[in-house]
Amino acid sequence: MPGNPLPDAEQLLASLTDRMRPAVGPNTGLVGIYTGGVWLAERLHQALGLQLPLGTLDVSFYRDDFNKKGLRRNVKSSDIPFDIDGCDVIIVDDVLYTGRTIRAAVNELFDYGRPARVRLATLVDRGGRELPISADFSGADVSVAPGESIELTRDPQGRLALKLTRD
Amino acid sequence: MKIHIKNGRLIDPKNGIDAKRDVFVAAGKIVAIGDAPAGFTANRVIDATGRVVCPGLVDLAVRLREPGFEYLATLETEMKAAIAGGVTSLACPPDTDPPLDEPGLVEMLKFSAKNLNQAHVYPIGALTTALKGTNLTEMAELRDAGCVAFSQAEAPLADTQVLMHALQYAATFDFPVWLRAQDPALAKHGVAHEGEVSTRLGLPSIPVTAETVALSTILIMARETGARLHIARLSSAEGVAMVRDARARGLRVTCDIGIHHAHLSEMDIGYFDPNCNLTPPLRSQRDRDALRAGLADGTIDALCSDHTPVDEDAKQLPFSEAEPGATGVELLLPLALKWATESSLGLSVAIDRITAKPASILGIDAGHLATGATADVCVFDPEAYWRVEPSALYSLGKNTPFSGFEMRGRVTHTLVSGNLVYEKK
Amino acid sequence: MWLDPANPQLNKNGELHHLLSLEGLPADILRQILDTAESFVGVTQREVKKVPLLRGKAVFNLFFEASTRTRTTFEIAAKRLSADVINLAINVSSQSKGETVLDTVANLSAMQADMFIVRHAASGAPYLIAKHVASDIHVVNAGDGRHAHPTQGLLDMYTIRHYKGDFTKLRVAIIGDILHSRVARSQIHALTTLGCPEIRVIGPKTLLPAHVDRLGVQVHADMRQGLKDVDVVMMLRLQNERMKGALLPSAQEFFKYYGLTQDKLALAKPDAIVLHPGPMNRGVEIDSSVADGRQSVILPQVTFGIAIRMAVMSILAGN
Repeated sequence: MPGNPLPDAEQLLASLTDRMRPAVGPNTGLVGIYTGGVWLAERLHQALGLQLPLGTLDVSFYRDDFNKKGLRRNVKSSDIPFDIDGCDVIIVDDVLYTGRTIRAAVNELFDYGRPARVRLATLVDRGGRELPISADFSGADVSVAPGESIELTRDPQGRLALKLTRD
Repeated sequence: MKIHIKNGRLIDPKNGIDAKRDVFVAAGKIVAIGDAPAGFTANRVIDATGRVVCPGLVDLAVRLREPGFEYLATLETEMKAAIAGGVTSLACPPDTDPPLDEPGLVEMLKFSAKNLNQAHVYPIGALTTALKGTNLTEMAELRDAGCVAFSQAEAPLADTQVLMHALQYAATFDFPVWLRAQDPALAKHGVAHEGEVSTRLGLPSIPVTAETVALSTILIMARETGARLHIARLSSAEGVAMVRDARARGLRVTCDIGIHHAHLSEMDIGYFDPNCNLTPPLRSQRDRDALRAGLADGTIDALCSDHTPVDEDAKQLPFSEAEPGATGVELLLPLALKWATESSLGLSVAIDRITAKPASILGIDAGHLATGATADVCVFDPEAYWRVEPSALYSLGKNTPFSGFEMRGRVTHTLVSGNLVYEKK
Repeated sequence: MWLDPANPQLNKNGELHHLLSLEGLPADILRQILDTAESFVGVTQREVKKVPLLRGKAVFNLFFEASTRTRTTFEIAAKRLSADVINLAINVSSQSKGETVLDTVANLSAMQADMFIVRHAASGAPYLIAKHVASDIHVVNAGDGRHAHPTQGLLDMYTIRHYKGDFTKLRVAIIGDILHSRVARSQIHALTTLGCPEIRVIGPKTLLPAHVDRLGVQVHADMRQGLKDVDVVMMLRLQNERMKGALLPSAQEFFKYYGLTQDKLALAKPDAIVLHPGPMNRGVEIDSSVADGRQSVILPQVTFGIAIRMAVMSILAGN
């Protein structure tokens, strides 16, 4: 495909970081959703200099399409290494689409405890929501044709990039 | 009824005939082979072009399930199955309910069988009362009622003193004693050959030693008592070697194997196929090969179906809980042919092992087609291929490990005492 | 549902449809189960030890042979997956009334079961059930006769991998009543598939099955020799009824020659781990000081067992 029509992920991440900086405090816990969300959360965690350790979620056990698709291989372990009760949690994901992954993540989060607040940060919002969910922090809105999806990739040097794929 | 079977290939191993010959039947007897006797006018001509005409099959073990187990099978269905399989004489083991241990029961069975006017039935009497292995039956009375031999069927005879006495008593009258060589203690709780498969599947096992230990006891006692011994359903290579050896040393002993053991091994159990729960157990491939070789070299005299109808409820159970046995009388012929083909032996050898040889073990005048012999005849198409569909079997027992197997050779006509009792539609 | 005749637990995509035995399962599937279990171990350590994966599904514990312990672990696992669990101890009496295994199963299928967890005293019973259930029902073998106990085998593999990592460098000893052990058979198949190069079975000849070497194991009658330099020691339970009789003269003599004591364990590698499927007979197959010692991983096995069963049930339900 000549010329990537998608925005540069590293630039989006930089602006997302800037937007989040005033909104975080000592009680803020970042939780990345596998796989892309975890890469982002790692970068954000470092850039924002957060005190609470980074959490990760693999929402496979909470997905609503289990009956249709079964269990994915290589399910990762969810890990929230801080006490979530009363905590200010920001869920981090790469692409916000139907909202179903976020629904699953919120459900899973509550099985770890009762956070004081849960917000959502995502690199791109591609529209197409099927649930009443919106991002509190978003790098950019991107419109993508149906039948296409956006994927976050990471090269061996750790540079992030967005990729358009056909379903 | 006069029947002319024409253009067939007559195979009569006992009389050394394997040639294209017509067969003429009248008044229940073979009246001529080759050319028609003077003035013979057939009521019925059977065109046996491309077919084999042979003596009716003699099966050494067919469970008719009467008396006692009529829910599993009836005399009527199983006799029908027998004639559909070309079997015209059959021996039935005494493990009925009650067992064939008194003359009345034997007479009743003979009577009911005779009324059906199908295959000839030769009851094997119980060796001990109720097959319990303690008291001897009235063997002479039973013989008079129609028993041709005495056996314990599958029931154990653990007490060697009783066994010794049973052999002595039978020897007094020169009655044949048919025994299964299986030491009951060594076989206790076992359901499968002790070997690779039982180890893998965790099935309680029956070692070959259960056969060889019992066989050695039986052979020694037979030598000692002079009893006429027949070993039923040999299962192991070691067992075959022991029989061969005993014969070489002059012991009067015959033996048979079942069709399943000639073709299958422990491997066929697959994932716990209860149809392969058989007595004796299917053993290793090496054992099977030795049985096949023994049948070829004559150490093993006869092949039998060991026909045991079992109903679905008793088979559709976990392997070790399923009732052992398989239906088989309709498969005896094609499986004998298969054995011969695979062993590079002619049709005549296959037919010998299921006609003349078992007839001689039974001591009956059957299994041959000389002029004057009873007209028990089997006509089959040696090139007919067919698939075993349990539901299409005449037997009420649908349990066979050969389900779905392709068979070669199918009976088209069966004559018993000169009557055409079966004709394939 | 088409199931592979050569391995009737796999569907046409080669995925697990039933879990009946570890024999013949590709290493890939074994690893998938172990990996998934690892994620569930995390779940079991949380505040809420439950995920909604099997919400609305009915899991029937079908125990034709009593075993509170195994039944409980399956029950916990199913409940942690949010399934509804129905426990059925099928007493021998309903069986003796003429109701066959298949009658029972047909009845329960009509109650909209999604999964049967089957324990039966006869080897192969779960195969019979699997062959006759509706195509959308999954069967898990929770121990059949002497044949297989696949989830126990898997949790043992999980435990070994957890402590030892790579299977391809391990020397493993399995000790005790191999003959009657469904656990040993499952362990042997799993270890072989996962590439373990040296599996030793140790026991008196009365407790070793015929031709056990053909399963790919070395046979040792002398425990001291068999334990030399092993990385993993897997003890088996000796059933009470076998402690005295024609197979063994006495529990005391068995313990003396085949019981795991500190001094025998010292012959293994210093960092060897000790497993036991439980319940233990202390002083018969294992000494208390070993069972409770630093090399024992018997309690972690139990924890991992829940995660393994969660993994198996969720993979099956999803296929």
